[in-house]
Amino acid sequence: MTRTYPDDPADAFPRPPRTITDGEGREIEVVAADATDTEDLVEMYLDFNPEDRAQGIPPVKDEAIRKWLDVILGDECLNVVARHEGDAIGHATLVPDNEDEQELAIFVLQAYQGAGIGTALVQTLLGHGQDQGVGKVWLTVERWNEPAIALYEKVGFETSNTESFEVEMAIRL
Amino acid sequence: MNVLLGVGGSDLSYRALDETLTRASETGDDLTVAVYEDDDADEGVETVSRRVRERIEESGVEATIRRIEGSSPGSDLVNIAESEDFDRIVLGGGNRSPLGKIQLGSIVEFVLLNAQTPITLIR
Repeated sequence: MTRTYPDDPADAFPRPPRTITDGEGREIEVVAADATDTEDLVEMYLDFNPEDRAQGIPPVKDEAIRKWLDVILGDECLNVVARHEGDAIGHATLVPDNEDEQELAIFVLQAYQGAGIGTALVQTLLGHGQDQGVGKVWLTVERWNEPAIALYEKVGFETSNTESFEVEMAIRL
Repeated sequence: MNVLLGVGGSDLSYRALDETLTRASETGDDLTVAVYEDDDADEGVETVSRRVRERIEESGVEATIRRIEGSSPGSDLVNIAESEDFDRIVLGGGNRSPLGKIQLGSIVEFVLLNAQTPITLIR
């Protein structure tokens, strides 16, 4: 399958680590993460509201969460975590596919949604990707998830395919 | 029950075949397996057809195999189910992206949205 990417690369994104003040006045740290953050992320995903799941992820049960995190926190993947007072409250990940492209996803706990943390996570993850030489990033999002689509567009993603249930979007770094 | 199973050569379509054969051997369902080429799988219709025949023979279930040659197997499945009074369409589908997101292929999606016949999705 060939994906369509924007012709022009995006501008430079902020690199991790960084600290932002979110829309609710909370200090949020956005830092690079790897397998050593597994336990904190398991905690976060056990608190994740099932309503906010999309396309079958994140998994619900402890064991399934760990199995999934094993894959996306692997050496080939890039991750950033948002922390508030030390606790993981948001997570963004880039996972390579076999075409030298990377799939992106973000997750924010419900109490922290709508405060700009998702945007900061995506931007910082893309900055991390630019540092590591990542060229092409894609994602899928459910067609009715307008807040997420608006977020990705604001960051610079362009819609590349709307034929299926999910909208596919892509960005060139 | 008169069941129409679609198999396009993906791993999940073979799983759907196995589950449907097991069920048919228990219930005595009438089974027709429609084989076609699915762009999301790597097998031509000849290969799919041969593998399906082998599995049916192994199972001992009596089933009819027919081939869909057109370029829109989803639409053909819907038409066959309606015009020949099938009670149910069975399809396998729902592959996972590198990140673990479940994605339905275009044939499955077409059938889910357009069929007037009840559908079982095996994933």
